[in-house]
Amino acid sequence: MMRADNLRRKMPWERRWVSPVLLLLLWQAGSSIGAIPARILASPVSVLGELGSMLGSGALAHHLMVSLLRVALGLAIGVGSGTALGLLAGLSRTGDAAIDPLVQIKRTIPVVALTPLFIVWFGIGEATKIGLIAFATAFPVYLNLHQGIRGVDRRLLDAARSFGLSRLQLVWHVVLPGALPSLLVGLRYALSVAVLMLVIAEQVNATSGLGYLINDARETMRTDIIVVCLMIYALLGLGGDWLVRSIEARALAWRPALLEA
Amino acid sequence: MSEVLRISFPEPPVREPEPIVRLQGFSRHFGETRVLDDLDLAIAPGEFVALLGRSGSGKTTLLRTLAGLDEANGGAVIPASRATVFQDARLLPWKRVWQNVVLGVAGEDRRQRAEEALREVGLEHRPDAWPLTLSGGEAQRASLARALIRKPELLLLDEPFAALDALTRIRMHALVLSLWRRHKPAVLLVTHDVEEAMALADRILVLDAGRIAAEEPVAAPRGQRASVVRPLRARLLGHLGLQTDGGVYADLIGRDT
Repeated sequence: MMRADNLRRKMPWERRWVSPVLLLLLWQAGSSIGAIPARILASPVSVLGELGSMLGSGALAHHLMVSLLRVALGLAIGVGSGTALGLLAGLSRTGDAAIDPLVQIKRTIPVVALTPLFIVWFGIGEATKIGLIAFATAFPVYLNLHQGIRGVDRRLLDAARSFGLSRLQLVWHVVLPGALPSLLVGLRYALSVAVLMLVIAEQVNATSGLGYLINDARETMRTDIIVVCLMIYALLGLGGDWLVRSIEARALAWRPALLEA
Repeated sequence: MSEVLRISFPEPPVREPEPIVRLQGFSRHFGETRVLDDLDLAIAPGEFVALLGRSGSGKTTLLRTLAGLDEANGGAVIPASRATVFQDARLLPWKRVWQNVVLGVAGEDRRQRAEEALREVGLEHRPDAWPLTLSGGEAQRASLARALIRKPELLLLDEPFAALDALTRIRMHALVLSLWRRHKPAVLLVTHDVEEAMALADRILVLDAGRIAAEEPVAAPRGQRASVVRPLRARLLGHLGLQTDGGVYADLIGRDT
């Protein structure tokens, strides 16, 4: 019975791509017959057309590069400082006592709520945008790395110690590789937080970037441009995920789940 | 002539060479609990000693002390050249087998030395494997290679065969004996398997409540132990708190009478 069920050809409506495509068709149909006015939501066809012309004019590439640069700089600072703090707190008691309470206090405040303060401190230019991304991405990296270092298998540490490894060798050969899976989880969070913060930061007086495109399109009720930008945000999220996955495939090749795949 | 000499020295030294491990009146506390209590232990170079004990007898603590994981403050002589094989192998999963073998070993020829050690333990075909892909027996072979490459004067075996299936265990016993014969380290095998202790060791110690409760030399050479095994097993089980008269495992439990 089970076997027959598994072998039976899937009916068209059992496939997973059916409902998204159906929604898209309904959307297009609604737009075509005028049930969904363009000022509410542009039709899929006009969104594609707008995407084509934005690609052709180079406008999309320009604004995307501006946004990507903000994300890259913010991530570099955020991931860098999160890693440094995580190492300090994870590897030394003094570091832990000094850093961890501050991070735990900060954790209670959503970073988005700090936007006004950042604007007061850093103005409405690039510094605030990059600073917000950096600040927000440091925490997932710190928290996961800290936890990863603390969670390294004591039995492996004991074994390595019994072979006379120095403290530095223990950190290099046992602690850091042991904490790497957690660090990569932190990195994955950081990438999605970075896109989130990019959206918020670019609402602040941007003159270029994806956020600027969206704001500008809102003024002129160009819902097609807005939808194009939403698609780009989604692609950014997917790209980040792909990046971490490919890092994991290389760095964690020893894990059984990846070995079997 | 020699008879005369023997008479003129009424107490000849029991073990000729200086012991390589010597604990005298060694104690360890964890809070109020005395885990090791005024313990005496001496192991000669090249001697194969088995240590039997129930759970909670202090085996683990003694082994941690000898492995240098807990500081042995006072009353302990432990050779600097020592290596441990743990029950759960404890290979670093993110290093390939050969890198685990030479963990902490410096030198240009690390790979070559690792391969030689792996050949000795019969794992020469898997130097580049990830540890998590090894079977239990293979992992213990790698773990033995990692210990041997350090040419230890003292080899500590912490129940290394307990998690293996019976047939693999027999093969590993043979391997350990042949490696011991070739390299002649002093061995301390911690186990709760009486058969294993009787098959491998020169001398069997029973640890109970943090002290050496009994010491049983195995009188016959390996390969000719059939005659001594039955009474020895009965005595060892007696020291461990299991009174039997036969000393035959099949008759120990649930006799029909």
